[in-house]
Amino acid sequence: MTSELYRYAAPQAFFPLAGKLVPWFSILAGLLALAGLYVAFLVAPTDATQGEAYRIIFIHVPAAWMSMFIYLVMAGWAGFGLAFNTRLSGMMASALAPTGAMFTFVALWTGALWGKPTWGTYWVWDARLTSELVLLFLYLGFIALKGAIPDPARADRAGAILALVGVVNVPIIYFSVQWWNTLHQGASISMTSAPSMAATMLIGMLLMALAAWMYSIAVTLARLRKIIIERERDAQWVRIQRNAA
Amino acid sequence: MSPAFLPVLRRELQIALRRRGDALNVLVFFVVVASLFPLGVGPEPGLLRAMAAGVVWIAALLAALLSLPRLFAADHADGTLEQMLVSPQPLPLIVLAKIAAHWLTTGLPLAIAAPLIGLQYGLPGDALGVLLVSLLIGTPVLSLLGAAGAALTLGVRGGGALAGLLVLPIFVPVLVFGAGSVTAMLIGINPSSYLSLLGAFLAVSSLVGPWAACAALRVALD
Amino acid sequence: MSDYGFYLWGSYGMTVLCICLEILFLRSKKAKA
Repeated sequence: MTSELYRYAAPQAFFPLAGKLVPWFSILAGLLALAGLYVAFLVAPTDATQGEAYRIIFIHVPAAWMSMFIYLVMAGWAGFGLAFNTRLSGMMASALAPTGAMFTFVALWTGALWGKPTWGTYWVWDARLTSELVLLFLYLGFIALKGAIPDPARADRAGAILALVGVVNVPIIYFSVQWWNTLHQGASISMTSAPSMAATMLIGMLLMALAAWMYSIAVTLARLRKIIIERERDAQWVRIQRNAA
Repeated sequence: MSPAFLPVLRRELQIALRRRGDALNVLVFFVVVASLFPLGVGPEPGLLRAMAAGVVWIAALLAALLSLPRLFAADHADGTLEQMLVSPQPLPLIVLAKIAAHWLTTGLPLAIAAPLIGLQYGLPGDALGVLLVSLLIGTPVLSLLGAAGAALTLGVRGGGALAGLLVLPIFVPVLVFGAGSVTAMLIGINPSSYLSLLGAFLAVSSLVGPWAACAALRVALD
Repeated sequence: MSDYGFYLWGSYGMTVLCICLEILFLRSKKAKA
């Protein structure tokens, strides 16, 4: 069974598989987003202290989670490609980066718009916000480095080194609210203890997070297909496909 | 200590001595940038004292970044770098020697000059001492991480600016705690916790920096 | 919802904008390749 799966390590084999998967993940993302938004606006109650503005968390928290998760996945694939010299892994890392940067930006933006009505300020230089900003710079640096190196193999390996060095930032973002008691509230969701927020809010956030995850997979696979075509453009299977189209 | 370290260090220092202008450039840039801030924000003493720590640290950072491409560019151009890669001596040690020479000719002069700039900004004596110590710990971190950035962008067009762009995000905690230590001293808090954290960053970067630089050099020269 | 409309709209609107831009950019490069 595993040797069956290994054939998908070749860009030529993965390309059609990705093409089949994109519509499914897009549909899943749409359905989950609809469900999540329904819960976010029509089921979850108005917050006692924050009023209606708190509903921003249904975008802010999933975006922040995705920004960190995508970075880890990106660094993982980049590291895998560095260790095992697989082309597709490096391409996957390149495909993930723009989406990760997008979610980081959205997390920062929505965080600022939530901060203003709730705590009176758009921005503060506490540990979590600063590290999230650093995460955005790491994404941009990764994209810039890959773009600046003309040879794709070298670009993949250099990017992998950079991504791996930056990985340390993700636990800093995650644990910073425990290590430094500044503006950001402590974690309300724990694996072991019961959540301290209303169950409906939690369900809304989880639905939106799943929607964001499915969306990320769909968009990344679509971008990966384009990267494969671009990088393998001299391969015969690409030329045949392009002549047929 | 491997037989490679001292000869490489000596060679790097000899080359740097022949090109004294490079090290001087860095120092002059540091002084000029640090002197620009009061011209830009106004000479009010309270304001200057408050921002002195950050300004001096950032000016030192930028000045050190200027010199990063020099770490590997010359050796890359004349083929010495390839010889270093295939030599039987361990590459991390050779890279460490280069980093040490870089710090001795860049970071160390900056750290020593910093208290003079701090005087310009009206920092009191004990804060000046903390400034010196924090930079003595922080500038080696910049050389260590900067080497990785320089190696990653070796031979790439626009490499100097890109190397800085790559290194700065990872350097943010060092800047925060380094400048923070001086500010803490200013407002009466004991800076030792900040300085300890700086020391921890130095320890970690002394492992991560050379590893990343060696990996990046192999990637660049394959 | 009235006072906080600006912040809610700003957040959800920017997110939708980013998603649209991302998908648009994805489709446009397809035409170029």
